[in-house]
Amino acid sequence: MMASAARPVDPEGRAARFIALVEHETTHDRLVWGMRQNRDKAAAGVPDWEKLRDLASQIKEHTLSHLDEYLEQFERNATKLGTQVHWARDAEEHNTIVHDILSKHGVKSLIKSKSMLQEECGMTPFLQRRGIEVTESDLGERIQQLSHEPPSHIVVPAIHKLRSDVATLFAQDLGTDPKNSDPHYLAEAMRENARPRFLEAGAGMTGANFAIAETGGFVVCTNEGNADIGASVPPLHIASIGIEKLIPRASDLGIFLRMLSRSALGSPLTQYTSHFHGPRHGGELHVVLVDHTRSDRLGSPDFWHALKCIRCGACMNTCPVYRRSGGLSYGATYAGPIGVILDPGFDLDKYRELPFHSSLCGSCTQVCPVKIDISDQIYKWRRVMAEKGLLKLSKKVGMSALGTTLSHSTLFHGGEAVGESAIAYLPRFLLYNSLNPWGKHRELPTPPKQTFRQWYIANRRKA
Amino acid sequence: MRVGLFIPCYVDAFFPEVGIATLELLERLGCSVEYPLDQTCCGQPMANSGAQDDAASTEAHFVECFKNFETVVGPSGSCVDHIRFRFDAIEETAETQKVRRGTREFVEFLHDDLKVGEFPWASFPHKVGLHNSCSAVRGLGHARPSELVYEPEFSKTRDLLANVPGLELIEIDRPDECCGFGGSFCVTDEAVSAKMGYDRVHDFYRHGVEYITSADMSCLLHMKGVIDRLKLPMKVIHIAQILNGGPS
Amino acid sequence: MNAREAILAAVKKNRPTPVVPLPDVYEPPWEGTLINLGYKEHFARLPEVAHPHGPNESLIPHFREQLEAMGGRSFEVANAAEANKKLADLFPNAKVVCSAVPEIPGTRRVENVADPHELSDVDVGVVRSTLGVGEAGAVWLTQAELVVNALGVLSQHLIVLLDPKAIVETMHDAYRQIDLTRSPYGLFMAGPSATGDIEGVIIHGAQGARSLTVLFLAPAAN
Repeated sequence: MMASAARPVDPEGRAARFIALVEHETTHDRLVWGMRQNRDKAAAGVPDWEKLRDLASQIKEHTLSHLDEYLEQFERNATKLGTQVHWARDAEEHNTIVHDILSKHGVKSLIKSKSMLQEECGMTPFLQRRGIEVTESDLGERIQQLSHEPPSHIVVPAIHKLRSDVATLFAQDLGTDPKNSDPHYLAEAMRENARPRFLEAGAGMTGANFAIAETGGFVVCTNEGNADIGASVPPLHIASIGIEKLIPRASDLGIFLRMLSRSALGSPLTQYTSHFHGPRHGGELHVVLVDHTRSDRLGSPDFWHALKCIRCGACMNTCPVYRRSGGLSYGATYAGPIGVILDPGFDLDKYRELPFHSSLCGSCTQVCPVKIDISDQIYKWRRVMAEKGLLKLSKKVGMSALGTTLSHSTLFHGGEAVGESAIAYLPRFLLYNSLNPWGKHRELPTPPKQTFRQWYIANRRKA
Repeated sequence: MRVGLFIPCYVDAFFPEVGIATLELLERLGCSVEYPLDQTCCGQPMANSGAQDDAASTEAHFVECFKNFETVVGPSGSCVDHIRFRFDAIEETAETQKVRRGTREFVEFLHDDLKVGEFPWASFPHKVGLHNSCSAVRGLGHARPSELVYEPEFSKTRDLLANVPGLELIEIDRPDECCGFGGSFCVTDEAVSAKMGYDRVHDFYRHGVEYITSADMSCLLHMKGVIDRLKLPMKVIHIAQILNGGPS
Repeated sequence: MNAREAILAAVKKNRPTPVVPLPDVYEPPWEGTLINLGYKEHFARLPEVAHPHGPNESLIPHFREQLEAMGGRSFEVANAAEANKKLADLFPNAKVVCSAVPEIPGTRRVENVADPHELSDVDVGVVRSTLGVGEAGAVWLTQAELVVNALGVLSQHLIVLLDPKAIVETMHDAYRQIDLTRSPYGLFMAGPSATGDIEGVIIHGAQGARSLTVLFLAPAAN
């Protein structure tokens, strides 16, 4: 885990600022909850849904517990097909390998489809600093690229923006009419703008949803078909693949694909499910297998199950905290519940607050197609933060005071005399964050005349 | 049946009427109820912050208070969920195991253990919105979580309330979305917590609910805070109070 | 130690336990009929959920329904002549029709295309699919059918010929029939290119084909 000189991310503060943008927050919550509802409807149309979840979880657990074998099998089979396989221990190595391949081919501009891994590695700024133009082809990712923001959702990266925001942005960068916020108009403008870039690009880059050990190929799921353009037009295709993306057999794809888009958007498949097995006619194909904290996490009994993730985003859609806060509140590559359990693995210090940006409602665990125990992992990350002394000072002291008071009956209940009771105590706990945050939006509870214990003593205790 | 009565810390301090209703109802149903005077808390507030060291002495104290009971009953889904499924800041002795296993939440005790079918002393002619807390639904299994579309639908709280004359249960848009209390979350992530509370309260209000009921007073405490701030014409009431015959 | 050795060593050292066996290849618990398993009642409670077909029903209506839900459309045509007429009716202003199929001559043959960039002006691409998937309204296209893969994504509109007998129900059935290693590129296309990235509004024709039209026509016997 890297140490960071950066200040810890403050998700609560960021969330408060997003909530203050009333139209943004209410639209965001409505749209993203809609995705959860679509997921429910779609899952209801698949009678073996729970069986698929069980199998998907087992297949992933099996693969991860034999990952070295499957990685070697994948490499063997990919190489047989003419794919060039590279290995990268971390973000720096990944970026360097990619840059080397691009340089060897004299590539000056590339077009890419969505890849959370490439986002993790900070690949785009790395390449741009070295004079290579990088264009995001996915509409949501391009919107975010033009806004100089990371994606706020794994599947719909700009869902936190209103159409008027996009209209303003495109007017600046694409020369569209700032007053026209019709999404069709804006999407068409992007299509016209991106198409020449596809045609000029010297390379297309993608990520991968699944890498199949048995065949040596990989699968990319998109709705726009942008991965397909990037792979079929420029002569060079480079795919960045996290080592946890391995699955054993082609037949396993049926299980994962039947749940992926249903969990994400509520449709049976993404519009494009693209399979790549060796370079296309007249092209070259490179795969970069990336570790970047994954092998570390594999060795963690509490947290390795997060590696099963197929990046569907269902956990974000259902998360009540995510929907109110927006994905940018997490200040990291991954947002929502999966972000909470992944990001501290990249930087424990920077993301120390994320495990508390959750009400532990547990909904995420129920929707996860690969049965990751997300909510339990959030709870466990809190223990890690507490053990490492990374709790906020107010919380550290507050918990210590609570722990003392609540373990001693006399301290907690006070004497039996009226007035000396926990009533005086609890508001102190609630008020500990000295600005009385409870009272900002809620009325404080009024203390009753007697506690239950006092009533019991007065009315029921045998002499 | 002899039961130990567990009254959560905040119920003791702020909502004694819930404790009284619980006690009275258990006695009506033929239980011999004892309330250990030294009890304090189940340890959840500290444990939920990851502060296991700080939770340990409270958890130990809980075991000490209840070690002589085969059955402990408490009116709080989140506390009992913690006791049965977390509660690991102290060594798992046979005694600890016994106390953990024997701790029952009020609704599941009435529904599963005592199998109560009637509440002839109760009457509640109002429009009622049911809030099953997250720990009750996804922890203790009070009702089918809405995420699991293939499970048969069920709700223990609804089953109990169906036996209260006059009570009209109102369906809302988001049946089991979190209300935003979340323990210390309610003050550390205040804006999100409040917004979640506002949304939940509005979901009930929009559908004409007069009383929000729940097996968790902590959720109701949070929602009441929102209701009172917004001056909405709604009230909150713990399910024990309804089943015992209205507000004590 | 190079990166490959280091990663494999780390992964091997950190193998989680307990070891989980690989489940057998999944066989869906029905043979093309979901109703048999008593799911009828379940679906009856959910009228808005698309019902799977019953026993002995053709897969075609389900396929067409799903294709439409994904933003595509389909037509039955009796023969090649009708297929050509349909194309002309749907796209009267098409200047460049690039075809990969014998049934539709088009204005340009994809076999004559040397470089994908040459397809940037294609109004309508025509290709045959060898397999359709009912649960998603998806068609399977590979480099063998496309000849130049970019035909599937650079064409403004795409027409796909499909033998209606070549439709299977689920993805599990589809993968049983496909050998992925036989083609460098294989695509399940379920409707045209789409996006919901701006306020969740569904837009067709985001980057790839603006429309997808399936014409049910068996290949001519050889």
